[in-house]
Amino acid sequence: MNKESTDEKRRGFLVKLSLGLGALAAVIAGVPVFSALFAPLIEKTPKFWRKVGELDGFDIGATKLVTFENADAEKWSGITSHTAAWLRRDAVDKFTAFSANCTHLGCPVRWEAEASLFMCPCHGGVYYKDGSVAAGPPPKALVQYPTRISNNTVEIQTSPIPITSISA
Amino acid sequence: MKTLKKIWYWIDDRSGFTEIFSPLLKHLVPPGAKWSYVFGSATLFCLVLQVVTGVALSLLYQPSSAEAYQSLQFITHRAAFGNILRGMHYFGASMMIIMVSIHMIRVYLTAAYKYPREMAWISGVLLFFLTIAMGFTGQLLRWDSNGVWSSVVAAEQLGRLPFIGKFAARLLLGGNTINGHSLSRFYSYHVFIIPAIIFLFVGYHLMLVIRNGISEPPKVGRLVDPKTYRKWYQDMLKDKGIPFWPYAAWRDVVFGVGTIITIIILAIVFGPPELTTPPNPAHLNTTPTPDWYMLSIFSLFALMPARIESYMIIIGPMLTILILLALPFVSNKGERHPIRRPWAVFGSACVIIFVFTLFLLGEKAPWSPRFEAKPLTTANIQSSDTEINAGAALFYNKGCLYCHKINNQGGIKGPDLSQIAQRLSKGDMIIRIVNGGGNMPAYGGILNKKELTEVVVFLQSRK
Repeated sequence: MNKESTDEKRRGFLVKLSLGLGALAAVIAGVPVFSALFAPLIEKTPKFWRKVGELDGFDIGATKLVTFENADAEKWSGITSHTAAWLRRDAVDKFTAFSANCTHLGCPVRWEAEASLFMCPCHGGVYYKDGSVAAGPPPKALVQYPTRISNNTVEIQTSPIPITSISA
Repeated sequence: MKTLKKIWYWIDDRSGFTEIFSPLLKHLVPPGAKWSYVFGSATLFCLVLQVVTGVALSLLYQPSSAEAYQSLQFITHRAAFGNILRGMHYFGASMMIIMVSIHMIRVYLTAAYKYPREMAWISGVLLFFLTIAMGFTGQLLRWDSNGVWSSVVAAEQLGRLPFIGKFAARLLLGGNTINGHSLSRFYSYHVFIIPAIIFLFVGYHLMLVIRNGISEPPKVGRLVDPKTYRKWYQDMLKDKGIPFWPYAAWRDVVFGVGTIITIIILAIVFGPPELTTPPNPAHLNTTPTPDWYMLSIFSLFALMPARIESYMIIIGPMLTILILLALPFVSNKGERHPIRRPWAVFGSACVIIFVFTLFLLGEKAPWSPRFEAKPLTTANIQSSDTEINAGAALFYNKGCLYCHKINNQGGIKGPDLSQIAQRLSKGDMIIRIVNGGGNMPAYGGILNKKELTEVVVFLQSRK
C-alpha cells in the first residue's frame, strides 16, 4: 500500500466521520425542536360537552348566539379561548348549532333574525336559515356542531374551526 | 490627536475593518446608474428601520394571547412615544412593501435578472414574498378582533392545500381553534423564523451584488451574451467604472434617508392604525379587513367565480411564485432595454392596473352587505300610504336595504332600486323576490304573502 492511497483513505474517513457526527447531532437536537414546531399536530384535542344555557332560556324557533369555552383552553388563553355558535331551538327537544365561521374564508357570519338569513361581512356570503348557501362565494353550507340536552341544560360539543377543503 | 490616531491604527490593524470593508465600499460600479437604482437600497433602509422599531416594540409588547391586546393599548396610549413607534413600524412596513415592489418592477423592466444575475432575481422573489408574509403576520400581532379573524382567514386559505390542508391550518393556528398557543406562534413566525430567513437571503442577495456587480443601465441594441458578458462587464468597469462610495452611494443615502423621514412624518401625522375590539373569537359583530397591501387579494377572493375559487386560493399564489422563479430560465440573454421589450412593459402595466383596480374595489367592497344601513327615512319613502310604508319598513327589516340602494340609503351589492318600477312590472318583481337569483337569496320562504305584497307595493312606488 503506498502513501497516497493511505492518505486518500484517511481523508475519506475523516470526511465521513465529520459529516456523520454533524448529522447525528443535528438529528438528535432536531427532535425536540421539531416537536415544538409540530406540537399542534402531535397533540390530540379532547372533545368536551359545554353547557350553553338552561332549556327554558331558548324559545322554539328562535336563533341565539351562544358562547362557550374551547377544548384546548390554557391558563394564558384569556378571552381567546371563547368560541361562539348560533343555536336554534327547532322543537321542544331538538336543537341545531351552526358554526359562526363562513365556509368561504372563515369570517364571522351574523344571524339576521328578521330576514331569517345568515350574512357574512367579508365577501358577501349569505345562508338560509337551514345553513344552506343563499348567495355569494361560500362553497358549502354552514357547518353544524353536535348538541344535546342533559338535565334541562343545553350542551354543545367543542369542535375545531371548520376548515373548508379544496374539494368542497 | 496623535494618540487618538495611534489608537485607531491599532484597532483598525487588529480588527481588520479597512481590510474587510474598504474593497466592498470602493468596488467599481458602472457609470450612469442613477435614480432608478435607489429602490433596492431604500428597501434595505426600511428593513433596518423595521428591525430597530420592531426590537423596540418587543420591549413593550406581551406576546400572550390573553394580554397582547392590553399591552398594545399601553404602547399606543401610555408609553412614551409609543404611538409614534407603532406608527413608524406600520408605515415602515407599508413603505418596505412599496419599495420592494418598485425595485422588482424596475429589475423586470430593465431585464437586470438576465445572465449572470439569475440568482439575484430568485432570491429577490423569495424576499418579496417573505416581506408580504412579514406584513401579514405583523397585522396578526395587533391581536384585536381583526387580528384574530385574519388568522382564521389565513388558516382557511391554507386549508385549501390538497391533502395537507387541515394539518397546515391546524399548524398555523397552533391547534383546532384560536387559543393560547396561537399568538405565541405568530410572534415566533414574525419575530424569529421569517426574519432569520430574510437575513439569510438579504445577505446572499447583497453578496451577489458584489460578486456579479450591479447591472449596467440598458442600451438599445446592446445584447446580453452569456459567452462574453462577464469579460465585457469587467473590461467596462476597468475602463469607465466609478467607486461605489461615495459616487454612487450618495443617491442611495439621499433617497433612503428621505424615505425614512417620510415614514416618521406619516407616523407622527397619522399614527398607527387604531385597534379594533378585543381578540374575542366569540364576538361576531366585526368586519375583518386586511391592511392595504392584502386588500387586492381580499377583493380577488370576493370576485373570483365560486366554482374555481377553492382551487385558485392555493394554486393561484403557487403558480405566481413558480412563474416568477422560472423567469430567468425562460429568458436569460438578449435585449435588456424596455423599448425593445414592449410585451414586458405591457405585461407590467397590466399587472399594476389589475392590482390597483382590485385595491380600489376592495376599498369600496361592493360585495359586502351594509349592516350599518338605517331604516328608510320618511323623506326617502315620500308617501303616507300605510301599505307603502309597511313595505318600506320590511325592505329594511328583511335585509333588502343591506344590498340595495333606495336613493341615498342602502348598500351597493345589488342593483339600485330607486326607480325599479320603471324597469320591472309587478309580476316580474314577485318572480324575482320569491326565487332570488344571481347573487340574491330566494325570499319565497322568508316573506309571507302579505309581506310580499307590501314589499312589491313599496317597490312599485319607486319610479
